[in-house]
Amino acid sequence: MSSFPPASTSASASAFTSASSAPLHLGVALDGAGRHPAAWREPGARPGELFTARYWAGLAAEAETGLLDFVSFEDSLTLQSSPADGPEGPDGPDGRTDRVRGRLDAVLVAARVAPLTRHIGLVPAVTATHTEPFHISKAIATLDHVSRGRAGLWIQVSGLPDEARHFGRRTGPLEEAELHAEAADHVEVIRRLWDSWEDDAEIRDVATGRFVDRDKLHYIDFEGRHFSVRGPSITPRPPQGQPVVGASGDGEASYALVARSTDVGYVPAHDGDGTRAAVAAIRRAREATGLAAQPLHLFGDLTVFLDADAPAAAARLERLDALAGLPYGGGGAVFTGSPGELADLLLERREAGLSGFVLRPGVIGHDLPAITRDLVPELQRRGVFRRAYEADTLRGLLGLDRPANRYAAHPAA
Amino acid sequence: MTSKPLKQIHLAAHFPGVNNTTVWSDPAAGSHIDFDSFVHFARTAERARFDFLFLAEGLRLREQGGQIYDLDVVGRPDTFTVLAALAAVTERLGLTGTINSTFNEPYEVARQFATLDHLSEGRAAWNVVTSWDAFTGENFRRGGFLPREERYSRAKEFLETANGLFDSWNGTEIAADPGAGVFLRDARAGAFAHRGQHFDIEGRFNVPRSPQGRPVIFQAGDSDEGREFAASSADAIFGRDGTLEAGRAFYADVKGRLAKYGRTHDELKILPAATFVLGDTDAEAHEIAHEVRRRQVSGQTAIKFLEHVWNRDLSAYDPDGPLPDIDPEVGENTVALGRASVRQFRDPLETARQWRRLAEAKNLSIRELVISTTADQTFVGSAATVAEQIDTLVQADAADGFILVPHITPGGLDDFADTVVPLLQERGVFRTEYAGTTLRDHLGLDVPRPASGRQTVAS
Ligand SMILES: Cc1cc2nc3c(=O)[nH]c(=O)nc-3n(C[C@H](O)[C@H](O)[C@H](O)COP(=O)(O)O)c2cc1C
Repeated sequence: MSSFPPASTSASASAFTSASSAPLHLGVALDGAGRHPAAWREPGARPGELFTARYWAGLAAEAETGLLDFVSFEDSLTLQSSPADGPEGPDGPDGRTDRVRGRLDAVLVAARVAPLTRHIGLVPAVTATHTEPFHISKAIATLDHVSRGRAGLWIQVSGLPDEARHFGRRTGPLEEAELHAEAADHVEVIRRLWDSWEDDAEIRDVATGRFVDRDKLHYIDFEGRHFSVRGPSITPRPPQGQPVVGASGDGEASYALVARSTDVGYVPAHDGDGTRAAVAAIRRAREATGLAAQPLHLFGDLTVFLDADAPAAAARLERLDALAGLPYGGGGAVFTGSPGELADLLLERREAGLSGFVLRPGVIGHDLPAITRDLVPELQRRGVFRRAYEADTLRGLLGLDRPANRYAAHPAA
Repeated sequence: MTSKPLKQIHLAAHFPGVNNTTVWSDPAAGSHIDFDSFVHFARTAERARFDFLFLAEGLRLREQGGQIYDLDVVGRPDTFTVLAALAAVTERLGLTGTINSTFNEPYEVARQFATLDHLSEGRAAWNVVTSWDAFTGENFRRGGFLPREERYSRAKEFLETANGLFDSWNGTEIAADPGAGVFLRDARAGAFAHRGQHFDIEGRFNVPRSPQGRPVIFQAGDSDEGREFAASSADAIFGRDGTLEAGRAFYADVKGRLAKYGRTHDELKILPAATFVLGDTDAEAHEIAHEVRRRQVSGQTAIKFLEHVWNRDLSAYDPDGPLPDIDPEVGENTVALGRASVRQFRDPLETARQWRRLAEAKNLSIRELVISTTADQTFVGSAATVAEQIDTLVQADAADGFILVPHITPGGLDDFADTVVPLLQERGVFRTEYAGTTLRDHLGLDVPRPASGRQTVAS
């Protein structure tokens, strides 16, 4: 038996406060060979395997041995770039040949990994700006079916002109706020489509010859500023009912999206005060949407370089920076130090109102095993992390109930 | 006898889904959504050394008479997601996904197929379909914007654009040399530009060249434009007819179109969809087939089917009675929405006249008529008979092989794998082991060279 407290099944917001006894949630965000631009040059980075299933399956398995809540897969609809120092400027790819370029579709990578894992949540990134919510909804519903309830979605926006040129249907980039408003509509459509089949719509009633009860299939009739969608989905409601939707809350323009549309918001965990301010702003926005009673996790987002001690980690980062030719400035919060020091930091930083963290390994080949084999045991010793998976679904791991279907007729009072 | 060497047969498995082929009421019928069903089906096909597994696609639930159609299997999972997951539980089986060219964008679809090809180590194929209707379009941002005559012009340009994206990497760009600090040998890897009537896009494709270079391309439209599109651009065409005469005519027609595109006879495979019923004896198989037909076409189904042609509400008619004496409503079909089959009936008045004649001559009820006019099972008999039928059709150039659609999910292929396949192998017309690892290997297709020919020096 595990001494770990079971995840709360309460849907009340109080389950998401940061009481110091509460278990910590932990995800890991994967991108190429790691966050650092020189990560692919490290021993153990396997840069020649970035486009193979073997590579991603191995990483997901490693994350699962660490009992992490989920693994996320980064994505974009353009070639990676480092705009600040690129010859083609901020509008286009930088033409660099010394960094990882190219990536696989994240939803497909998550699906490829699903049959090879059993417990860990699978969270692909999806760009709302250029995709069809109908397609994304059925893809994530299907990821949930093939993983038996472990699907999530990290919704992102893109204002990059070069990305828009890959689709060619927008005349000009949208403003930040408008991009986020469109993404919120995108998620609204996705969520309505997930509910457009009631759980028991398939009846297989041989007597009447009906395969489905069409009264349990619903048109969603969404009308928004950028698109309209009729529904219903072609894919039956996924096992979790609603897979777990997340988005980054990294600036004013994104707070409304996080507040209105997500189950998990990812906040850069720079420092106590900054994090506290972001958390407060998102909570206020949540109140304003009238969803305050619905649970909303806020996770700190942190890039990590883990070694035996702080000087060793700093030295490694310095070495990576020298290889890359400039100091690491990948955006977001960065931690360098030992797993013990990171455990201290996570426990301290969550007092700002966080219920978990998504860690971005600086060098996946090095820092992912440091998370699963060093950080996790340290957190377990402190009694704040699970010792075994306590649920079969991602919602279950995150202590989120399976939501009722918005279209289902409510039983008579 | 002839000195012509025996043709090798290609076989594929179509996952039984949303049409009345599937007998969902059979106690042996399982889930068509649960991933275990796909795993069982795919592993059976791979155990039998089939070329590939095939998934159809629909982007809106069918409606009839203004209501969601509820008599057949309704609902299906997402094509790409299922195929990517199946890549994890199979090793050689090709993975073919039907993806519409009207309600997608080339950049996204090209990277999904290139990704699937990487994740399956060279087993991806794309069945390009062109359903264009506004009914389906209501589920998409751009709506139902495409006039019918433009469906193939968009499809052609879509495929050209996607090929440009696949070819934007030639396969030698990735050095991934940590010592030298060179990840890419070519700073312009993935550069593309396409300017056309439907797409005006440019930039950098972000998936490196995949094991097959490009996915294998299928086409499944049977209009004249559809055949032309297949002859110009596809590696295989998915036909409707598996009979000797119609099959040979279709085969000769489509293969005859290849030369004008500078293509040879073997560069396009003809793979009709085929159903089958097996029994211990031929007589038993025919009995089972008769029973299956009756379960596929219930009285209600027969009336609904007739409405596809009549384009009007016939619910007042008795399926066990005679055909309606009123005429079909001509013009756009507004009764049955979201079905490719309604487009088969180009002249409903003439179809109705023929059917009335047939029903009168043979004294058929509505249901009996529908059973007799909708395709019978293609192959019916003992395993030996079915093996013989398949081989005969292929050797007679009525097909290069078949896409088999069982009527039971997911176990409907099991008997075929266990009994018919060994007989085809004994005849020397079907592989006993995969010769290669990719779908192109299975189909005997070359790996295409990047058309753009952008030269990069490999070190
Ligand atoms: C054997 C066969 C299978 C087809 N399967 C699909 C399918 O799964 N999804 C789809 O949207 N259309 C499907 N279609 C429709 C065609 O691909 C095509 O888009 C449509 O028939 C219009 O083109 P046409 O007028 O050339 O037939 C199929 C057609 C045929 C003949």
